[in-house]
Amino acid sequence: MVHAFVRSLALMAVLVAVSATAQAQEKLKVVASFSILADFARNIGGDRVDVAMLVGPGGDAHVYSPTPADARNVAAAKLVIVNGLGFEGWLSRLIKSAGNKATVATATKGVAPRKDKAVTHDHKHNHKHSHDHEDADPHAWQSVANAKVYAANIRDALIAADPAGAEAYRRNTEGYLAKLDALDRDVREAVAKLPAERRKVISTHDAFGYFADAYGIVFIAPQGVSTESEATARDVARIITQIKTQKIPAVFLENVSDPRLMRRIAEESGAKLGGTLFSDSLTDEKGAAPTYIDMIRYNIKALTSALAG
Amino acid sequence: MIYDVLIGPFAEFEFMRRALAGVLTLALGGAPVGVFLMLRRMSLVGDAMAHAILPGAAVGFLLSGLNLIAMTVGGLIAGFAVAILAGLVARVTELKEDASLAAFYLFSLALGVTIVSIRGTNIDLLHVLFGNVLALDDQTLLAIAVNATVTMVVLALIYRPLVMECVDPLFLRSVSRAGAPAHIAFMALVVINLVNGFHALGTLLAVGLMVLPAGIARFWARDISSMMVIAVLSAIVSGYAGLVLSFFTKVPPGPAIILVAAFVYLVSLLLGPVSGLLRQLFPAPHLEA
Repeated sequence: MVHAFVRSLALMAVLVAVSATAQAQEKLKVVASFSILADFARNIGGDRVDVAMLVGPGGDAHVYSPTPADARNVAAAKLVIVNGLGFEGWLSRLIKSAGNKATVATATKGVAPRKDKAVTHDHKHNHKHSHDHEDADPHAWQSVANAKVYAANIRDALIAADPAGAEAYRRNTEGYLAKLDALDRDVREAVAKLPAERRKVISTHDAFGYFADAYGIVFIAPQGVSTESEATARDVARIITQIKTQKIPAVFLENVSDPRLMRRIAEESGAKLGGTLFSDSLTDEKGAAPTYIDMIRYNIKALTSALAG
Repeated sequence: MIYDVLIGPFAEFEFMRRALAGVLTLALGGAPVGVFLMLRRMSLVGDAMAHAILPGAAVGFLLSGLNLIAMTVGGLIAGFAVAILAGLVARVTELKEDASLAAFYLFSLALGVTIVSIRGTNIDLLHVLFGNVLALDDQTLLAIAVNATVTMVVLALIYRPLVMECVDPLFLRSVSRAGAPAHIAFMALVVINLVNGFHALGTLLAVGLMVLPAGIARFWARDISSMMVIAVLSAIVSGYAGLVLSFFTKVPPGPAIILVAAFVYLVSLLLGPVSGLLRQLFPAPHLEA
């Protein structure tokens, strides 16, 4: 009796060991909704995970329409990582239609959401909501402190999906968090060097609310919080007047909005054209911002060089 | 007060002056072409052609981003190709021109959307589809002006055969061989003006400043020259009022311009002296002999 119990225990141990090695050979399939989340997942998952993304580098996740290949990726995945806060309005339908039972992990869990500026604005802003009835600003990753929350959430989700790798995920996360802390310090130092009255810019897309709150650079946008709404003549006029009256030193293009309009505004208002800031997506490997840390470093460098005067 | 509404925006902001210059120039070239489109019962052809220029513009975009010259040349090539192919198919096969044009333009539209999407962003596609009249730079304005000038010169040259073909094509064929070249030149003008409108209004609405003013003119005049004058005037008024509307409301400028033109069209439909609805309900008393 006791003998049989010990024997079955030994058998179970062997089985667990076998399945663990099998899992180590077969990578955990993870789908991230867009490039920045994919970068987090790669850093934390290391070589234990195989990360696919739906909206690739340079794409705009606000208005993305999924392809059948995306549905196939989602169907094969064990874990789907989304930003949440209404960022990927199109995703829940995709997951449903892909018909799999992947766990969906929300990376912004625990982040204190900002209010969407477009909703609290003085004018009635009737932009078409891709954000599902939520008034939260989804671009939480623009603050490095939030990125640390993302990393922790993704770590927990990976551990839940693949308990055998818990040790590796914890180790990777610790290393990555240290890098994020260093990044956060560098950004604060760079901003501190700017004269206080020059810490304001115009950018095409107010995706930088969290960045502004965290680091004290004011972002003023000619368009609403979603890239879906088209700028009217009144918006453009208001922004030009604002640049002139508030003496805003620089105008920034964003990698997913109309560059022609930005050039016109800069030319007419006399503000400096500050180059591109990356907000919603990374670039491919040859670009200026292939990873999240590169992106933040690139942005802060562009900002400080335009605002230093 | 009136100054603030009607002139202020343009006096204060250069981008408004540029937008106004853009739509005025578009009106000068596009509206007369639109009148001939209407008289030749080809208004919907204009619409189809507007979609046909998309893949050309998209290839230009693919090669060099939102670059004016590349997108213009691409659009012209694609537009000419579709016009010529549709014409050829109609002459050589049993398929009529409207059906072959519909086939080619749908092919073109799908191809264009695919090409823009390959580059990866949907937002670029929106810029291509909707244009931006508020962001006209020197180069774009110059291109629009050149195209409008070419349009007016060519229209003056082919005016007689074109009018004759609208009124009595059989007679034209019996006295002259100018019919076919004039037709081809005219289709080229349609394409040129669509590419023109495309920069300011995008592919979806480019045809609006051609077709709607022509429709408006039909309710106010019987002869072609006054129709052309009225069409140009109503296109100018729509462009101007649309910009003002966009300046004081939350309507984007492109749709605002077309909405104003559509509104003028509805008013003309009701009140126009030539076959307007009210005129038909309450006919003017006949002159007594």
